[in-house]
Amino acid sequence: MAIIERPSTTPAVAGSAPSFVGPADAYGAFRRPVTSRGWRSWVFTVDHKKLGIMYGVVAFCFFLVGGLEALLIRTQLAAPDNTVLSAGTYNQMFTMHATTMIFLFVMPMVSGFANYMVPLQIGARDVAFPRLNAFGFWCFLVGGIFLNTSWFLGGAADGGWFMYQPNASHLFSPSHGVDYWALGVQITGIASLTGAINLIVTIINMRAPGMTMWKMPIFTWMVLVVQFLLVFSLPVITVALFLLTFSRVFGGQFFNVQAGADPLLWQHLFWIFGHPEVYILILPSFGIVSEVLPVFSRKPLFGYKFVAFSGAAIGFVGFGVWAHHMFASGLGPLSVAVFSVGTMMIAIPTGVKIINWTLTMWGGKLRFTTAMLFAIGLVIEFTIGGLSGVTHAVSPSDTQQTDTYYIVAHFHYVLFGGAIFGLFAGFYYWWPKIFGKLLNERIGKWNFWLMVIGMNLTFGPMHMIGLQGQPRRMVVWPQNLTGDGLFNLGFWNKVATVGSYILGLGVLTFVWNVTRTHLLRKGEVAPLDPWDARTLEWMTSNPPKEHNFDAIPTVHEVDEFFHRKYEEVETDHGVRLVKTRSAEEILADQEAHADAHIHMPSPSYWPVVLAVGLVIVAYGVIYSVLLAVVGALITLGASFAWALEPSTADPSDFDPPAGTPGKELANV
Amino acid sequence: MSDIAAHPEVIHAVDGHDDGHAGSHGTSTGLSNNKLAMWLFLGSECLLFGGLISTYMLYRGRNGTGPGPDALWDIPLTSISSFVLLMSSLTMVLAVSHAHQGNDRKTQIWLSVTALLGATFVGAQVYEFTSFYHEGLGYTTSLFSSSFYTLTGFHGVHVSVGIIMLMALVAMIGKDKIPGNKAESVELIGLYWHFVDVVWIVIFTLVYLIPA
Repeated sequence: MAIIERPSTTPAVAGSAPSFVGPADAYGAFRRPVTSRGWRSWVFTVDHKKLGIMYGVVAFCFFLVGGLEALLIRTQLAAPDNTVLSAGTYNQMFTMHATTMIFLFVMPMVSGFANYMVPLQIGARDVAFPRLNAFGFWCFLVGGIFLNTSWFLGGAADGGWFMYQPNASHLFSPSHGVDYWALGVQITGIASLTGAINLIVTIINMRAPGMTMWKMPIFTWMVLVVQFLLVFSLPVITVALFLLTFSRVFGGQFFNVQAGADPLLWQHLFWIFGHPEVYILILPSFGIVSEVLPVFSRKPLFGYKFVAFSGAAIGFVGFGVWAHHMFASGLGPLSVAVFSVGTMMIAIPTGVKIINWTLTMWGGKLRFTTAMLFAIGLVIEFTIGGLSGVTHAVSPSDTQQTDTYYIVAHFHYVLFGGAIFGLFAGFYYWWPKIFGKLLNERIGKWNFWLMVIGMNLTFGPMHMIGLQGQPRRMVVWPQNLTGDGLFNLGFWNKVATVGSYILGLGVLTFVWNVTRTHLLRKGEVAPLDPWDARTLEWMTSNPPKEHNFDAIPTVHEVDEFFHRKYEEVETDHGVRLVKTRSAEEILADQEAHADAHIHMPSPSYWPVVLAVGLVIVAYGVIYSVLLAVVGALITLGASFAWALEPSTADPSDFDPPAGTPGKELANV
Repeated sequence: MSDIAAHPEVIHAVDGHDDGHAGSHGTSTGLSNNKLAMWLFLGSECLLFGGLISTYMLYRGRNGTGPGPDALWDIPLTSISSFVLLMSSLTMVLAVSHAHQGNDRKTQIWLSVTALLGATFVGAQVYEFTSFYHEGLGYTTSLFSSSFYTLTGFHGVHVSVGIIMLMALVAMIGKDKIPGNKAESVELIGLYWHFVDVVWIVIFTLVYLIPA
C-alpha cells in the first residue's frame, strides 16, 4: 500500500500535493510499477477511478463496433431481396451485434460506472480488492478482443447470442466462430464474476461510518442487487459454455440429438442465466435514473425504500421466469402457466418504480438538462417496452410473436430506450465529476433528440412488421410478401433503416461533444457542484483526488451531501429548505480535518499478466495444445506472483527514495 | 452472528473508526473482506455444480449401447475414497485450529496430511476413470459418459486446485511469506476445502448410491 502522508501536526492545506511513501518488507523479483505518470500508471493501476474510466472508454469503443454492425444489418434490410450482406455474414452480424452490445458494452459500461461511483457514493477510498478489480478489467478487454479476432480468423459466431444447441453445433456452424464465442464469453464472465464479488464486499463492508444500508444511494443499491444476480447466474452460463466447448473440442455428446440428447438442456441452462441477465442490464440504469431525477427535480426520491425494494424484488423474481423465453418449445401447460404468471408479477415492482419516478418529478422544480432528458426518455421509452413485454408474458399472445420483429421491437425499447438511455443520462450527469469538464448542453440536446427520434423510428415500426409476421434473423424480406396499404412491410423496413441512421447520427453527436470538450479543449471547467447534487460522490473535488476524500465523512441522512448544504428554517410561510453552506465550504471543512494517514493500494503487474495468460489458453484450446500449456503456465506463474505479493509496496520501489524526515510513517 | 460475539476484537472494530483500508478491522459489518468474498465465491460455485449435477441427472440413464452405471460402479472402492476425502476435512479443521493458535509447525503438518488425503482421493479417481475406460466408457461413448466424466472431472479439478493451494500454503508458511493474516489464509483455504468435500457428498449420493 502506498501511503499518502500528511504531517501529523500541521493541518493540510488545500491543493498541497501528497507525497508517496511505503513501509518495508519486499517480496518478489520485480520492482512494483509505482510510477504515477505515463502508460504504466494506467496499465498497472489498481485505482478504481482509473479502471472505471478504462472500462468506460473500451466499452464505448465496442459500442461503436456493435452500432456499426447494427447499421449494416439495417442497410441489408432496407430493400427487398437485398445483397449488401451474404446470408452467412448476416448471421455473424446479428450474433456479434447482440454479443457485443450485451457483453462488451452495457455490462462493462455498468462496471465502469459502478467502479467509479460506488466507492465514492459509499464514502470509501477504493474497492475491497483493487488487484482483483484490475484483473476484471483486463479479462474484459482481452476477452472482447479475443471475440472480435474471430472476424479475421475464419468468421465470427453465427448462432445468435443465445447460441441454441444443436443448431450451433459443428454440423451447422463449422467455423471456429462458435468456439471463439464460447471461450470469449467465458473470459468476460470471469471479469463479471470477480467484479461482482468485489463490489458486493465493497458495498457490504466498506461503507462510511453512519451509512446504513438504508442510507445508501439508489445507484449503489441497484449495483448491489445486480452483483448478486451476477454471482448466482454466471456459474450457470459457465456450465453451459463448458458443455459447448467440450462438445465442440473434445466430442462431448451433450447436444447430440442422435445419441438421445435433449435440446432443451441448453435452452434451460442458457436462460437461467439469460433472464437474470436482462435485469443485470437494466437495473443499473434504473439506479442512475433514480439519482438523476431527484437532483433535477429538486426533490428527494419519492419512496426511496420502495424503489430499493422493487429493485431487489425484480432481481429475485427475475430468477424464476427464465422459461418465458421458451414458451414455443413445448414445455407443457403447467410450466407455461407458472412462468406466464411469474413474468406478469415482474410488472408490479417495475410499475412501482415508474410511479415513484413520476411522483419524484411531480411538483418538483424541473431542470431539463441533457441528463434529465435522457432520464425522462428512459421512463417513457422503457414503459412502452414494458407494456409490449407484458404482451409476451401472456403465453398465447407470445406464441404468435415468437421469433418475429415484435420481439426485436420489445427488447430494443427496454434495452436501448431503457439501459442505454440510462447510461447516457449517467454520462451527462457524472461527466463533470469524472473529468472536471462539463459536456456542452446544446450539443447534448441535439444528442438526445436525435437519439430519441432515431430510436422510435427504428424500433417503433418493428412492432408493426413483427405483428405482420416478418421473422427475426432473416437475411432478406421478399418483395412479393410485403403486402400493401398502411402495413406495407417494405415501407416500414425503410423507415426503420432511416431511423437507425438518425440514431447513429445521435451517437456521433455524443462523440463530437466529447471530442469538442476534451480534444479541442472547448469544454467548460465544471464548478464543484454543477447540478446541486445530493449524494456523497459530489462531496469531493472534480475529478476526485486519488484518495477520494480527505476525511471520510460520517453519514446521517439518505441524501447526505444535500442535507449538509440545506437546512430547514422556520419562516412565516412554514418550514423552508434554505441553502446554508456551499459545496466549497463543505470541502474546505473536509480538507481542514483531513485524515493523517491514508492507505492506498499499490499498482501491480500480475492482474494484466494473468488475464493475458487466460486468453493465450483460449487460443490454445482452439489451435494448439502447446499454446494452451504456455498460457496455463503464465496463468499459474502470475497467480503465484500475485499470492506472494503483499498489498504494500516496498519503499525501494519508489523513486526518489521514500521517507521524509519529520513525517511519521504509518505502518498498519 | 454468534461468530462475531466470540471475537471481542471484531466488535471493537465495528465501533472503531474506519479509515477506509481493506482488512478485517474496521469493516462496516465486522466481517473480514476476504472471508465474505470466499463465501460469495462458494455460493457461486453451488450454482456451477448445480448445473453440472442437473446435466448428469438428466442424462444418467441415457447410455445407449455403452456401459451403464450399474455395470461400472465399484461401490466399496468409491466408498473408501469418499471416506478418505471426508477425513481430510477433519485434518483441515485441525490445521485451522493450530493456525489460530499460531503453531506454524503443526499447521504445516496437518495441511500436508490434508493434501495427502486429497491426493489419495484424486489418485483413486484416476484409477477409477482408467478402469471405466478399459470397460468401454470413453468420454464420447454416450450422453451418460460425457456428463459423468464432466461432473466428476470438474470435482476432481477442484480437489486438485485445493491440493495445490494447500501445498503452496505449507511452503509459504515455511518461508514466512504470507501477506496479511496467516490464520485467516488457512481458514479461507479450509472453507474452500470443506465446500469441495460437501459437494462430493452430494455427488456420491446422487451418482453412485441412488440406482439409475
